[in-house]
Amino acid sequence: MKTVMLTINDKKFEVPDNYTVLQAAKEMGIQIPTLCYHDDLCVAGNCRVCLVEQKGMRALQTSCTLQVAPGMTIYTNTRRVREVRKTIIELLLSEHADNCTSCYKNGNCELQQLAKEYMVDGNKFIKTIRYWNIDDSSPSIIKDDSKCIKCTRCVRTCEQLQSVSALYSAHKGDHTKIATFFDKPLDEVICTNCGQCINRCPTGALIEKNYIQEVWDALDNEEKFVVVQTAPAVRVSIAEALGIGVGKISTGKLVAALRRLGFDAVLDTDFTADLTIIEEGNEFLHRVTKAIRDKQNVALPMTTSCSPGWIKFIEHKYPDLLANVSTCKSPQQMFGALAKTFYAQKRNIDPARMVTVSIMPCTAKKYEANRPEMYSSGYKDVDYVLTTRELALMIQQAGIDFEKLPEEDYDSIMGKSTGAAVIFGATGGVMEAALRTVYEIVTGKEVPFQKLNITPVRGMEGVRAASITINGTKPEYSFLDGVTVKVAVAHGLANAARLMDEVRAGKSSYHFIEIMACPGGCIGGGGQPIPTNLDIRKKRAEAIYEADMQLPIRKSHENPEIKQIYQEFLKEPLGHLSHTLLHTHYSKRL
Amino acid sequence: MENTLEKLQEKFSLIFSVCDHSKIVNAIVKKSPEEIIDEITKSGLRGRGGAGFPTGIKWKAAKEAESHQKYVICNADEGEPGTFKDRKILRDHSELVLLGMCAAAKAIGATTGYIYLRGEYAFLKPQIEEKIKEYNELFKKHSIDFTVRLRMGSGAYVCGEESALIESIEGNRGEPRNKPPFPVTRGLFNFPTVVNNVETLAYAAIIVDEGASKFASIGTKDSKGSKMFSISGDAKIKGVFELPLGMKVQELVDLFSDGDTKAVQIGGASGFCVPRKLFKERIIGFEGIPTGGSIILFNSSRSMYRVLMNYLDFFKEESCGQCTPCRVGCQQLYLGIKAIHSGQKPLQYLHELQRLASTMAITAKCGLGQSVANPFISISEHFKEEICY
Repeated sequence: MKTVMLTINDKKFEVPDNYTVLQAAKEMGIQIPTLCYHDDLCVAGNCRVCLVEQKGMRALQTSCTLQVAPGMTIYTNTRRVREVRKTIIELLLSEHADNCTSCYKNGNCELQQLAKEYMVDGNKFIKTIRYWNIDDSSPSIIKDDSKCIKCTRCVRTCEQLQSVSALYSAHKGDHTKIATFFDKPLDEVICTNCGQCINRCPTGALIEKNYIQEVWDALDNEEKFVVVQTAPAVRVSIAEALGIGVGKISTGKLVAALRRLGFDAVLDTDFTADLTIIEEGNEFLHRVTKAIRDKQNVALPMTTSCSPGWIKFIEHKYPDLLANVSTCKSPQQMFGALAKTFYAQKRNIDPARMVTVSIMPCTAKKYEANRPEMYSSGYKDVDYVLTTRELALMIQQAGIDFEKLPEEDYDSIMGKSTGAAVIFGATGGVMEAALRTVYEIVTGKEVPFQKLNITPVRGMEGVRAASITINGTKPEYSFLDGVTVKVAVAHGLANAARLMDEVRAGKSSYHFIEIMACPGGCIGGGGQPIPTNLDIRKKRAEAIYEADMQLPIRKSHENPEIKQIYQEFLKEPLGHLSHTLLHTHYSKRL
Repeated sequence: MENTLEKLQEKFSLIFSVCDHSKIVNAIVKKSPEEIIDEITKSGLRGRGGAGFPTGIKWKAAKEAESHQKYVICNADEGEPGTFKDRKILRDHSELVLLGMCAAAKAIGATTGYIYLRGEYAFLKPQIEEKIKEYNELFKKHSIDFTVRLRMGSGAYVCGEESALIESIEGNRGEPRNKPPFPVTRGLFNFPTVVNNVETLAYAAIIVDEGASKFASIGTKDSKGSKMFSISGDAKIKGVFELPLGMKVQELVDLFSDGDTKAVQIGGASGFCVPRKLFKERIIGFEGIPTGGSIILFNSSRSMYRVLMNYLDFFKEESCGQCTPCRVGCQQLYLGIKAIHSGQKPLQYLHELQRLASTMAITAKCGLGQSVANPFISISEHFKEEICY
């Protein structure tokens, strides 16, 4: 690697020659403020707060765009730089609503933080807020243009990471705004509700639609029996959302906090994650059997269906491939449907007075819960979806000191889960969990990886592939003996699109594909703590795998409550009741 | 008086004089890339779009950039308020422009050229297309591997900025890119690209044909050559005139004034305003006030407040909107001046606005936002009374 010598603030440094001045300064421990810059995205150079002085140049230079060069002399903290940055922040504030105290992002807003650091007088310039209409048409995302600073982080997220392009820069000059297609409401355009834009918006211009008040209302209503389920990825990020450090597993405290909030039953989405593995694994075997043994024409590769952002994406963009998607509902919706049937029967509760709340790392889950198909229990299967961030806020509102809480266990039934379910929270986890079970169904032996850890499907590369050759099958699966199963994992919808293009072109050699809409999977979900970047996502994923290792049972089919629910209620995988409650169908959109 | 103007035009007329186009083609074929660049460099030709970057240096940089693919772009997105000289060149002398592009292509090793024609000049499209066809064939006949294509703009001022123009040709939103890297190293489709103004290319063709000395003998040390000027406003004669660079503002006023000129705006809306008291001092050229060619005369019947508001109104709409200083700054200057004029903001607020304009000049992403300070500061300083009361 080539390096260059440059001078920053009168000190000489040696850095790799592909660095920008921003990267170089950061490495030297020199902070330069940024707004439009984000680790996950391409450089825009729009906001101009990262300006620095370069010796010999008349104009100031944006450190995020400026490549280092030999002998370059940079000043990051001159009077001129400070004054100019302050003016830019003041300009941004002049077109920004100043209702900070009533903003959902109050205290977690990058513009607010900079205004504080640079001690701006927000009243210096004339207020020019142009767009006051708040778009709350989407069940997941609220877009408030009066708080938008046009940094285009959301635009770049939607286009680059997700290849959805629901948002773009429209008009010019004083009419510039971040708009949807023809400025239509978000629920009428191609938006997957993934919320990745929210995770990268530096202000409160994009936030999740919150249902905190509705949940408090349900909790306060003595007539209601309020059941809560928690997604796998929430247990490794709730502490982070409360400001207690990244990558901490706090399953027990999470359960305790939910009990303190007043939920009548604290259950686990992980239970239905295990159930998903049974149903989806059997569906996969069913398809493979038809294809290989019966030489029938069935849709392969089969893709997972847990991620509602991914489902909406394929419905919009690859409707011709909908047959490839597993018909399994997501664990959240399986849970809702069983809560108001199986659970209600067992506990003798009238499902009409039951309220189901889920705590999700995801904003698309809010949309999913509202889909018209999701009433298979006879009621709305999942009533309210809260993100990790919303739950953190409720815990704060209730005055709960999270760190001092004891570790408590989930209620039974539908509270028990395995390591296989926990890893649903990270990209590749569903695949790994499915393989642990499917391999054992077919061969009667454990999947041939050390300690069940199928490491090839783990990691943060956009697309990962693995193949497993099946050796020594049970007699009923003898047609699979020696067959090599090829699987792939993609996270982030741009990566999903790469795999789907191959499938559409008939060039895909995979049998099974896991897709998560969000970078990193659920640990990087649109409802997770802000900020996010690769390092943070890696830490959260590490915590997920650690949680798996700590659990006594790590294979979905060994979950005793899963065995119980089949015995007492569902009878068999892919059976009649399963089809009614646990499977769904998809439709072409737009 | 008119006699003097006619004489001047006759003396310095290069583009306007009749020239032998086949002779220019032969000169391009005969000369090596080095020789072409050498002539251009020696002539002292600087970009005629307004920024005035030395053309020889630009071509040399593009030549030295290593790439199997390179482009030449003719910037025919003439959008500066008060300028219309490129329109005249394109209408009457488009052969020179195409030959200039050919010379640039030979010099840097490009095989494809684009003319980016301003949307509002659509009426010129059939005529230019025909010329392109004719010259593409002519190039082929002379075994020159160079093809020109036409791209229409959609009518955004910012697309005259070279990197925004490139984005627009690529089919993207017309927004300036971050620089560096400059187009000569990473331009159209990320390949080395020379972007030159219509007038620059026309002069380049003449220089390649006639050699550097005739061109270099006109003008001053820093501002060599003839230049096309668009004269408008309160002038007794208006239109496009070819005159030497380096003239005093007074000399121009003497030629064109209606006898009551109180200010001259040089370089269009993004240029500088020169008040009567500075006519004798200010030079029109790179050692004084650089210009793309727009000269607007104002007589005493004009309100400089309204002139400035007109410009600011234009800029707040034509800013591409991506960078903060330009998008918000233009609006603040417009609203601020209005507020001062109506008494809603105190007189001292003008200092705040001038400070803002200076900040824009060193922080905006491209020339648009950076140059708003020129009209703002020059008009508000020299005509403070008209702005404030």
